[in-house]
Amino acid sequence: MSTASVQLPAWINYGVIPLLNLVLAFFFSGLVVWAIGESPIEALRLLLIGALGRGEGIGFTLFYATSFIFTGLSVAVAIHAGLFNIGSEGQAYLGGLGAALVALSLDRYVPWYVTMPFAVVGAALFGAACAAIPAWLQAKRGSHIVITTIMFNFITSSLMNYLLVRVLIVPGKMAPETRTFLEGGQLPKLDWLISMFGGKLGAAPLNFSFLIALVMCFLVWVLIWRTKLGYEMRTLGISPTAASYAGIPYAKIVMIAMLISGGLAGMMALNPVMGASARLQIEFVGGAGFVGIAVSLMGRNHPVGIILAALLFGILYQGGAELSFDMPSITRDMIVVIQGLVILFAGALEYMLRPAIVRLYQQISGK
Amino acid sequence: MDYFDIFIGILGSAIRLSIPLLFTALAGLFSERAGIFDIGLEGKMLVSAFASACAAYWTGNAWLGLMAGIVVAIAFSFLHGFASITNRGNQIVSGVALNFVAAGLTIVLGQAWFGQGGRTAQVPGSGRFTPIILPGADAMREVPILGPLYANVISGNNILTYIAFLMVPISWWVLYRTRFGLRLRAVGENPGAVDTAGISVSWLRYRALIVTGFLAGFAGTYLAIAQSAAFINNMSAGKGYIALAALIFAKWKPVPVMLACLLFGFLDAFANFMQGKSIPLIGEVPVQIFQALPYILTCVLLAGFIGIARPPKAGGVPYTKER
Repeated sequence: MSTASVQLPAWINYGVIPLLNLVLAFFFSGLVVWAIGESPIEALRLLLIGALGRGEGIGFTLFYATSFIFTGLSVAVAIHAGLFNIGSEGQAYLGGLGAALVALSLDRYVPWYVTMPFAVVGAALFGAACAAIPAWLQAKRGSHIVITTIMFNFITSSLMNYLLVRVLIVPGKMAPETRTFLEGGQLPKLDWLISMFGGKLGAAPLNFSFLIALVMCFLVWVLIWRTKLGYEMRTLGISPTAASYAGIPYAKIVMIAMLISGGLAGMMALNPVMGASARLQIEFVGGAGFVGIAVSLMGRNHPVGIILAALLFGILYQGGAELSFDMPSITRDMIVVIQGLVILFAGALEYMLRPAIVRLYQQISGK
Repeated sequence: MDYFDIFIGILGSAIRLSIPLLFTALAGLFSERAGIFDIGLEGKMLVSAFASACAAYWTGNAWLGLMAGIVVAIAFSFLHGFASITNRGNQIVSGVALNFVAAGLTIVLGQAWFGQGGRTAQVPGSGRFTPIILPGADAMREVPILGPLYANVISGNNILTYIAFLMVPISWWVLYRTRFGLRLRAVGENPGAVDTAGISVSWLRYRALIVTGFLAGFAGTYLAIAQSAAFINNMSAGKGYIALAALIFAKWKPVPVMLACLLFGFLDAFANFMQGKSIPLIGEVPVQIFQALPYILTCVLLAGFIGIARPPKAGGVPYTKER
């Protein structure tokens, strides 16, 4: 009998299967570590200590997690509407321009809490703008959103390189970046959050955007599961024909979903640009947009899952950086391998274990 | 310098830059026509470049390098197939995942084996594909117009370049004149019909992916041991995506694929040439425009402003035999 139609209880679907997939991904990552002649157990230990051992490590872990929450939410909102947005990377990059322009024009005159709302809107608007053309092409012209968002990642990258190298650069400086924002254009560090638990934030750039990310998680949850728009998006995602039969306007929902997705990706820029480096730098996104895909997949497109998955990747990023200090033969790029394997097992191979688990479940429950 | 000489120079470099695109786009052609989206072309190019550089360095033989590149690229194809055909996973997700694995693994292994920050060691001359001077190239050089064209553009390329152009008619022949090709195209449009005819959809798609890996192996090898003499971190640098754009720009047909790759290669070469030069009246044109142009053109095409790009109908949809 085919196992595909058997219903599994939620705790297996959302708990056991993702966990097993994760274990598989880590098993193969361990094999790679073992193959280059290091101990996987020791590597894991160093990684965890590096990420969670001290207040500073935790601060870095949460800093990375903040970016991944934004991009994860971005990917998830699009997936709920049946759209695969690979363009979060580019949307976040352009969002950085929005945030930076706000910070550059306001930082002289007002304190950070006045700048912040404008920066959030600016980053979201620019991110959404980057998603608008692919969204329109999908909605009205039927071009595949995956292809167009990939193209827009490169187009955005070229545009931003041009702007940073030629326009926004500080005259006389070599580095392609804007001037450093003054106090009024920076998001404050969250020292108090870490010291609440008795740690020290140190040099870690954990900042206010972490709280913005958590608020966005809540708003996305409300949007997807508690509003009419969210209902329409989910209907479209599950069955476009049913949606059109129910009178849900396809083009409109695709546009709105992609603009929200792009906006969330754009807000990711607040974290590195206004929180950490206080300036717009070249390639500041650094792959966080793509990590968002993994985070959303692992978190099953639910905000709570996304927070957990973002924490996991935050631990990997921070721990991986520390690991490469302690074990020089393992480079930082080991994270990229783990990330790829997680996407592979949690995403592309998510159904691989299902038939076996269904059989096991049927045996145990005696059906 | 004479304008004609400049043009010849750009043309020669355009051809050299379009070869990896051509191999990769043809590779994508086979999988996409069989209904398997392959975002993972970039990753295949990268792993095969790494494998060919390693093998060529250890054996000192370019052909063994090519073999290694092809074998590893096919292995990645099988992984893609295992996820997206056998387990009916999402093809895009699988491609993205394999790109990450490729990008990370090449650097991690490269660092562990060679300790040069992810580069492989310099491949000796015998392990590389070096330029071939065609007979009479020097004698022809004095002939006006045709001479420099023959001597600098047609002659003086390595063997992989000629193979790349040979692959275009071969791909066309395989896709449009063989039974395998007919079935491959059918499986990309309507796998149900192919299944009804008693042909295994899975096996057919796997075979298409083997061809994809085979061609992507050439692309990576070209990058590592024909164009340069070692593997360098992330040396594919987005070429897999440009090839994907070229494939779409060419509307999934072999000969237009070649033309699109030559166009994108030419844009690249022209951008290199234009760097720091200014055009009268317009001034200096930013190189970034040329870098973005392939993607912009593809989007304009996708918008339906230059004819309609219609992808294979069953592309991206896993085939479920029966429930």
